[in-house]
Amino acid sequence: MTRSSDGRRRPITSSAIGIGLATGAYGLSFGAISVASGLTTIQTQTLSLLMFTGASQFALVGVLGAGGGAIAAVLTAWLLGARNGLYALHLAPTLNLHGFRKPVAAQLTIDESTAMSIAHETTVAASRHAFWATGISVYVLWNLGTLLGALGASALGDPAVLGLDAAIPAGFLALLWPRLRDRTAWAIAAGGATVALVLTPLTRSGVPVLASALIAVLAGYRLRDRT
Amino acid sequence: MIWAAVLLGSLGCYLEKLFGFILPPTLLDRPMIRSVAALLPIAMLSALVAVQTFGAGQSLVIDARLAGVVVAVVALLLRAPFLAVVLAAAITAAVLRAFGFAA
Repeated sequence: MTRSSDGRRRPITSSAIGIGLATGAYGLSFGAISVASGLTTIQTQTLSLLMFTGASQFALVGVLGAGGGAIAAVLTAWLLGARNGLYALHLAPTLNLHGFRKPVAAQLTIDESTAMSIAHETTVAASRHAFWATGISVYVLWNLGTLLGALGASALGDPAVLGLDAAIPAGFLALLWPRLRDRTAWAIAAGGATVALVLTPLTRSGVPVLASALIAVLAGYRLRDRT
Repeated sequence: MIWAAVLLGSLGCYLEKLFGFILPPTLLDRPMIRSVAALLPIAMLSALVAVQTFGAGQSLVIDARLAGVVVAVVALLLRAPFLAVVLAAAITAAVLRAFGFAA
């Protein structure tokens, strides 16, 4: 019994470490971009330790760096993080958490740990192990990557000369890319970009990205009976 | 101001995760909530790509960042990993500027 469950756990653990290493590389670019956007190394590391959800972190520093102000930056990060709540709702029955494990698991609830847990839903034990192994591996390596990236960027010079300002949209694009799975996704992406560009000359910085959320609300309302 | 954004942003993102474990799972039965939360990242990440590529304060400009993003698209089509995509964009923009081909 023990042997067979070990046999199932080991490949899950090694993919969890693989995912952690890949995410650590994102963390490296997050650290560098955050410092290039004007945050200190400690502020950058605090985001990775406490916020721990990549798209929201990139968005927060991106909006702050573009002069969008704290309120727009925070709202953008929250809206992008809303999906994690949905993941938690989905995971709650499988993980069946009590006591201190609940607040710990909450912090580890992100795209990667959720995807791994769902991919191993064949047995409850495997699904739980996939969640914890991936969550912990990504947490540790994302934070390590952030630290190295932030220290590296602090040691370098003017971000525009280095091209780090071009790394910011490229980073968002890489986060968006795997979500562009069908025609609906492409249409929503085109709508979001259009709203943001049209509003850029008309509103203060930070508002255009927030306004693009309306496209998701409208599309979600229209598609509500399809999913 | 930056610290306020960092801490408030982190608190909100954590509570979103925690509420998911506390609230009743029947919330998932509401298709509107499910689809909007799933679609928000698509609309907003795309808006961020657009604004960070063309935005300069309240004006829209074409500069070396666009070339960087085009190279990023090529890298993504070639299934390059995240770090390679970001590096390719940064190097493209830095090289264009170093040789005076773009602002």
